Order: sequence, then C-alpha cells, then structure tokens
Amino acid sequence: MKKAWIAALLAVLLAAAPLALSGCSDSDTIVLNVYNWGEYISTGEEGTYDTNAEFEDWYFETYGQKVRVNYSTYESNESLRSQLELGTANYDVIVPSDYMIDYFIQKDMLAELNFDNIPAYENISQTYRGLYYDPDNKYTVPYTYGVVGIIYDANEVDPADVTGWEVMWNSKYSGEILQFRNPRDAFGTAMYMLDIDVNTTEKADWDRAKDKIIEQAPLRKMLVMDEIFNMMEMGEAAVGAYYAGDYFTMLDNQAENVDLRFFTPERTNVFVDAMCVLKTSKHKDVAEAYINFMLMEDAAVANSLTHWYASPNTAVLNSQAYKAELGEEAYAVLYPESYDFHANYEKYAYRSLDTETLDYMTALWENVLIN
Amino acid sequence: MKTSKFVSRVYLFLILLFLFAPIFVLIFFSFNAGKSTSVFAGFSFRWYRNLFEDEAALTALRNSLVLAVTSGAIATVMGTFAAYGISRMRRKYLRTAVMSVTNIPMMNPDIITGISLMLMFVFVGTMLGLSESLSFVTMLIAHVTFGLPYVIMSVMPKFNQMDKSMPEAALDLGCTPLQSFFKVELPEIMPGVMTGGIMAFTMSLDDFVISLFTKGSSFQTLPLYIYGMTKKSVSPKIYALATIIFFAILILLLVTNFISAKDEKTQAKLNRSLRRADGQTK
Repeated sequence: MKKAWIAALLAVLLAAAPLALSGCSDSDTIVLNVYNWGEYISTGEEGTYDTNAEFEDWYFETYGQKVRVNYSTYESNESLRSQLELGTANYDVIVPSDYMIDYFIQKDMLAELNFDNIPAYENISQTYRGLYYDPDNKYTVPYTYGVVGIIYDANEVDPADVTGWEVMWNSKYSGEILQFRNPRDAFGTAMYMLDIDVNTTEKADWDRAKDKIIEQAPLRKMLVMDEIFNMMEMGEAAVGAYYAGDYFTMLDNQAENVDLRFFTPERTNVFVDAMCVLKTSKHKDVAEAYINFMLMEDAAVANSLTHWYASPNTAVLNSQAYKAELGEEAYAVLYPESYDFHANYEKYAYRSLDTETLDYMTALWENVLIN
Repeated sequence: MKTSKFVSRVYLFLILLFLFAPIFVLIFFSFNAGKSTSVFAGFSFRWYRNLFEDEAALTALRNSLVLAVTSGAIATVMGTFAAYGISRMRRKYLRTAVMSVTNIPMMNPDIITGISLMLMFVFVGTMLGLSESLSFVTMLIAHVTFGLPYVIMSVMPKFNQMDKSMPEAALDLGCTPLQSFFKVELPEIMPGVMTGGIMAFTMSLDDFVISLFTKGSSFQTLPLYIYGMTKKSVSPKIYALATIIFFAILILLLVTNFISAKDEKTQAKLNRSLRRADGQTK
C-alpha cells in the first residue's frame, strides 16, 4: 500500500509536468497582453463571436505572423493604475475610463498611436473624437460610452416621482434605496442633484455633497456595486443608480412581480472607456492591429452585444443585426434621440482630480462609511 | 437516551445545513435555464455548455490548476526536507523557534503576506531593470511560500511518531543515508506528505488575496478572473464551474480517505501479527 502512495505522488508530478510546460509557446509566436474590464468582449459562448481567437486568425491571414492574445480582466480603474504605477505588470492594450486616461497621459504613460495601422478608426464618428482627455486624438480610440441613470421598479415607485436624482432621497421609498459603494459615483449622484460641478476643487462643495449622502443614510437599504443586479431583479430594492447598459441585464432577469424602468436625469455622468497602448509595449504595431480589429464590424457588433453599453462605432450603429438584437426599447435607452453627447460630456464627465481633492474626497468617504 | 440521540442527530443536520446550504444554492442555480439567481426558469445545462465554450474562463482555470499543481509539488518536496531537518535538531528550543518561524506565513493575514511579497518582487525587479516585475515565476514563489508551512505542519508529526531506531537499523544493515530515507523513512511519513501536498494544492487553488498582489500581466488565475467580473454581474457559468470544482474536490477527498483507511487496516493487521510473533517468542 505504501508503494501505492509513492506511485500516486509520482503520477501527480508527472501529470503536472506537461501542464506546466504547456504555458509556454513557440518562440516565433508574439504574445499580446490585453487587459480589459471583465465581460467586455464576446468570448464565443452559444455560438457567438470568439473575439480573441478571430483576431489571432485574422492577424495570421493578414500579416503571416502568429499571435497569441493573453487576455486578462480587471474590475476598477484604480486597480489598473496601482499595477501600472508599481511596475508590477506590463500590458500592450488597456481600456481605462476617461478620467484615468487623463491621468495616464499626464504621467506620460501612453504611447502615441500610429493611425496608419488603424484604418478602421474611420468608423468612429466625429462626435467621439477630440474629447477632453485626448483633445488631439493622439493616444486613444473610444471603445464604449454610457450614462449613469436611475433604475426603478415601477411596481413600487410611482413614475411621476422619478423626475431627477431627488427620487433617491424621497422618504416615501425609505429602506428601498440603493446607492453606489464607490466615492466618485456616490458623491456624483448628490452633486448632480445639487448642481455642483463634479470636478470641483472647492472643499465646501464636497462637504455639501457629503452631507447629502449622509442625509440619505436612514432611507438607504445599502451601498452596492454589482449586488444591485440581484437586488433590483428580485425586487428587494425599489430604486438605485447604475450604468445604462447594465439595466438591460437586470431587465432580462427581472422576477415576475418586478417592472424595471430606466430614467436618465438631466445632469448625470457620461463616461467613455477607450483603448490605448502603453509606452512600455513591446509590440506596438500588433497592439494597434488589435485596436483596429476591435473597430471592425463583426467584432464591434458582437462586443457591443456583450457589454450592452453604447457604441461610438458607426459600423455598429448602422448594423441591422445589432438593432434587431437590441430591440427598439433598448435602443432608445442607449441612444436617446435628442441627446447631445458632446455638450453633456464636456459638462458632466469625470476628470482626474488633483491629489489634494482626491485625498479630501477619500477622507469624506470614510466619514460616509462610518455614518 | 433516545431523545439525546435524536437531539444530536438534529444538531448534526443543522451543522451540515449551515456548512453546505450556500453550495447547494450555487449548485441548484448552475442548472438554471435563465440568468437570474432568484427565478428558476427550468432545468438546463446551458451554463455548462457556455463554460466550455468560453476560452477565457478555461484559460483561467488551466492557469489555476497549473499553478496549484506546480506550487503544491514544490512546496511538498521543500517542506518534507525542511521537516526532515527540523526533526533532527538536537536542541529543543531551537526546534520550537524554527517551527514558529515557519508557521508565520500561515498565521499572517494574507493581505500582509501579499503586499510584502509584492514589494519585494518590485524591489528586486527594479534592481534588475525588468520592465515588469511580476510574472508566473513570482506568483509561483508566492504560492510556494504560503503552501510550505502546511506541508511542514503535516509532515513533522509523522517524523516524531516514527520509531527513531528504524533508520538506524537501516543504516546498520548497510543502507546509505539516502537509501535509508527513500526506503525506510519516506514510506513511513508518506501519509503526512500526501496530506501536506493536498493542503498546499487546495490552498493555492483557492487563494485570492495573495494572487491579487503578485499577479503579472501574463497569468490570471480563476479567482482573479471571477473578481474581474464584479463590475458587471458574475455570470452563472461560474456557478457551473464552481459545481464541477466542488465535486472534483469531493472525489479527491473520498479517494484519499479510502486509501488511508485501507492503509490503516493493513497497518493494524501487521501490528497484530507482530504482537502474535512477539508472544510466541516469549
């Protein structure tokens, strides 16, 4: 029996060896490190488009060079920043949000793109070019954009009450209200309501926003991030704020007695997530080819139908398949007719805060959390 | 008598319920045809199919297994030799001191182990001028680091239980020290080595915090992949994956228990016959 033990151990070790080796690949294959948000691309389930595999094939056919996409995911801009600043990791393509891009450019961390390698950039309409974080279109290619809005259960909340952010402070819905569990978005809801500039450096303004958030505490059910999906779907909460695209996920899964609706307040956050290449990238041309590929119709449509956020890509907007899959109602929520993206974006988008304001906000947030 | 038996059964049931209710909920919803975790839309293997079509999730799973197996194997070998050395220390206070030191990574909060490892790797990485200081190798070192104490902890008692005169006898009968280790001592401590190895393997498989701090760009493990999903909602295909892992671990445990039970039986038989032989000589 003791021999069996040794045999078992040896078997495990032998089984491990090829597994460990399979991590390496041929030396003539370029490895492209792509770092994106979780669930931002189509990965080939249920016969959908397998973005990274398709890219590898496409690149080999076009350039005759083997590429392997090493794809990993993150959940917040801040975790991306800390990795890059410590120099713990080196990525080729990243997809941060606007205010983080602003910061990266200030720190001179992004490479200037060679747009000759990105011919599909013509799919990006003028509206989404030249935004504040990259005024001369040198570093970024927008991937997606969206607004933050109010999601409510029409069976619990009278739609007549939903006129703006005030509904999240309405005592009628005490104990049914969800607020963001990240400082920027949470303070944002109060600041948009109070008509304060979300990028203000005035401490008094931040104090007012904090007081408003603390005022909400007795009415609030809880502070949430992705927990909001379950709570809204099951009707455990009646009203909360989240990103427009995620509303469709909730709508798809809502319980029978729940009737979820989306409302876009007049003043609210508009965000853009854009693709960029880091200065440290060893394969800048391959990274640009990847960005180009993401802009081409097949990939762009499949990805837009995965993350459900709005697309700045005209190839997506003109795609009949996209419209059909999304449905008219959803299309109207994502792309409101009279919405002036550029004007709203300039006014209400988050920008990178200076260190002093950032520290002040973080301190106020601690205050909110213990209240 | 009967009521006390009844009460103890109910108590046992409650404990098991408490331990396994969340896992049963997860298993239940992994067979849901819909995406919701509140409404059961019907039985289906949809998420299992989805899982096996999702290249990214499978890569993350493969990475996790590669890391757990290699770090488990390295920790097992290193830990066994460490235990061998520690058990042969003459001075008791020295032995206790070394044991306490090796236990630190186990008692230390993960977040401190993680941050300190990361800082060290970054420090060394900058010194060597690397463009990225973390990689598969650093993650492997980290996982060996926290797996090691579990191996030492489970091998040490086996060395202590072992009859010290056995290796002496082996040497006496002409074994080299190396032969004596592999032929006499290793079989004796094998159950401890296996337990330690399995512990190190599972600790590595489900580690999140230390991996979060020591991951490079090239290697994402499963827990990190799942964490990446938390801006949007975690997909039910992860429930399917968790269900599969749960049953795989269950089978692994059953097999090891079966082997060690058999081992004990043969051991008991051997002891009985030895005693009988002993009696005859008297």
